[in-house]
Amino acid sequence: MKTAVGAKTMTLVQAITDALDTMLDERKEVLLLGEDIGKNGGVFRATDGLQAKYGESRVIDTPLSEAGFVGAGIGMAVNGFLPVIEIQFLGFIYPAYEQIMTHASRLRMRTMGHFTVPIVIRAPYGAGVRAPEIHCDSTEAIFTHMPGIKVVCPSSPYDAKGLLIAAIEDPDPVLFLEPMRCYRSAKEEVPEGRYTIEIGKGKKLMEGDDVTVITWGAMVPEAMQAAKKMKQKGIQCDLIDLRTLFPLDKDIIAESVQKTGRTVIVHEAHATGGVGNDVLAIINDTSFLYQKAPVERVTGFDSPVPYFGFEDHYLPTPVRIQHSIEKVMKF
Amino acid sequence: MENHFPIRQILDKNGNVIAAEYKEKITEKLAKDFYRQMLRLRIFDRKAISLQRQGRIGTYAPFEGQEASQVGSAAALAGNDWMFPTYRDHGAAMSFGHSLRNVLLFWNGRNEGCIPPDGKRIFPPGIPIATQIPHAAGAAFAEKKKGTANAAIAYFGDGATSEGDFHEGLNFASVFKAPVVFFNQNNQYAISVPIEKQMNTKTIAQKSLAYGMPGIRIDGNDIFIVYFETLKALERARKGEGPSLIEAVTWRYGAHTTADDPSKYRDQSESRARRQETDPVLRLERWMQNQGIFDEKWVQAAEEEATAEIDHAVAEMEEFPPADPAAIFDHVFAEPTWQIKQQKEDYLKVIGGGRE
Repeated sequence: MKTAVGAKTMTLVQAITDALDTMLDERKEVLLLGEDIGKNGGVFRATDGLQAKYGESRVIDTPLSEAGFVGAGIGMAVNGFLPVIEIQFLGFIYPAYEQIMTHASRLRMRTMGHFTVPIVIRAPYGAGVRAPEIHCDSTEAIFTHMPGIKVVCPSSPYDAKGLLIAAIEDPDPVLFLEPMRCYRSAKEEVPEGRYTIEIGKGKKLMEGDDVTVITWGAMVPEAMQAAKKMKQKGIQCDLIDLRTLFPLDKDIIAESVQKTGRTVIVHEAHATGGVGNDVLAIINDTSFLYQKAPVERVTGFDSPVPYFGFEDHYLPTPVRIQHSIEKVMKF
Repeated sequence: MENHFPIRQILDKNGNVIAAEYKEKITEKLAKDFYRQMLRLRIFDRKAISLQRQGRIGTYAPFEGQEASQVGSAAALAGNDWMFPTYRDHGAAMSFGHSLRNVLLFWNGRNEGCIPPDGKRIFPPGIPIATQIPHAAGAAFAEKKKGTANAAIAYFGDGATSEGDFHEGLNFASVFKAPVVFFNQNNQYAISVPIEKQMNTKTIAQKSLAYGMPGIRIDGNDIFIVYFETLKALERARKGEGPSLIEAVTWRYGAHTTADDPSKYRDQSESRARRQETDPVLRLERWMQNQGIFDEKWVQAAEEEATAEIDHAVAEMEEFPPADPAAIFDHVFAEPTWQIKQQKEDYLKVIGGGRE
């Protein structure tokens, strides 16, 4: 294995390309499957240049058939390959739901480890980019509810690369959610070559003793903005980017909420059945007696993600987050 | 379309070889081997139904009537090929070398039953209809990428051809010329719905045209046509010429599963009539009689041998250690997550420890 040497400044989507490039180079079993990922480099250019570099036998344009190519990817994974499958938008993953739920996530259990499915399914998700309808879903909780699959959701270029490499090397299926709103919104230094970030570990983005703010993905910049505003008002936020939605980082949550006793959970997905509820369960299980206020959730509403003309009203904003922070502080 | 895809036979219902080019290929040895295997499966199938009735296994999906399709197609496979069966294809799986004990364990609610013997590439039975078809396409595509001559076979019924996964799997395999044989057993009923309500096409084989692959409609109760056509399709796959679709027209005599009563949706006297006319075991018996090689004593010995083997497997299934609750937790991920570790620990504490 090569170790990381230099670093380059890049966007999140470039970090994804870099991770794929690194792993295509490192492991001959790695294959990319998806729609328009070849010459076109994917609708977001996440696979830009990779077919030219590695050939059509490793960067494979598939027919338009999410169930078909996820199913075939399962067959390839069982037979020795490490397929990294691109779903164009999370809102188009549903035809493959059955393959993920009834096969990818439980083949290990069904066969007690005899057959395993080391696939990665990458999917851009979320609203806020003026995309057409169904292109904006944030239905991660459908997958965190499935036993047998990990769900990862980075918010920064550095994390995206390290987590994607970890996902490819993981012996089990991983759903890798990419916040399309963050694809090109920020740049940071990303090491060259292979490095990994442990799946299941969150990251503290700001230290504070007053309120814990827990979020992930595209809501990280929104929560960060709210936390900065609150700082000006003298309220110090402990800001956590969960980075992995299953398995959740219980320790980082417990440590923080025991310190602050006040928590705001922010996610753009619908409130009911959202991953925020699992965060709440962890707070309940680990830190009930430390709580000074009921936990607040700032989420998308329990309505289908609206057309983009309405999306600014649907998505949590720094103003809504600040409102909830103030509410837990005043309780 | 029926004219383009006639039901092909080698052996007619009276046990006469009607395709002269196969006369030399059908040897006494081949016939006896097939007969013995079909007999073995039939005894197994009846035994399993009786075990279910006695509460010794769970709900069971019988395949009686489909033995020629399953034995003939499995016999065409090479040792390193992949098999993707459904819940009604354990006949094929056992012919291909699956352990009888494990097949019984599967029907008795044990995950251990999904594990094939060492070196056997047999997937656990596909339960959601048609979902195994893309897996077969993918596993075959992987063999092609590795540069082997191995192939895959996917089993599915008539109802499966209405599912999206059937079409997506065939299209995928066809586009990438994956070495796979799509082996359909058209037993003419999807639980209770007859084929004419399932599809508006007269044949399943014709669906191959849409995917640019060869399709053939064969008599699924004629073990020789099943064997030789599957062999041909596999050879084609191994040569890099891509997938094929075989429609083996057959009939299940019994219920969809032991939880089902077929008399509610079809006239079972038709099943009895078909048995006289087209039974796959009887048909081969007739050929053997025509050849003057049918020997009651040999059949009796074959029956006794199969019965002993099956009784032994039943005993092994029943003597198998009871379910270890730890197994619920230990195979979800390679490394259990904290949730699973905690749930395991809490549960084992409640029940007073596992068997570890």
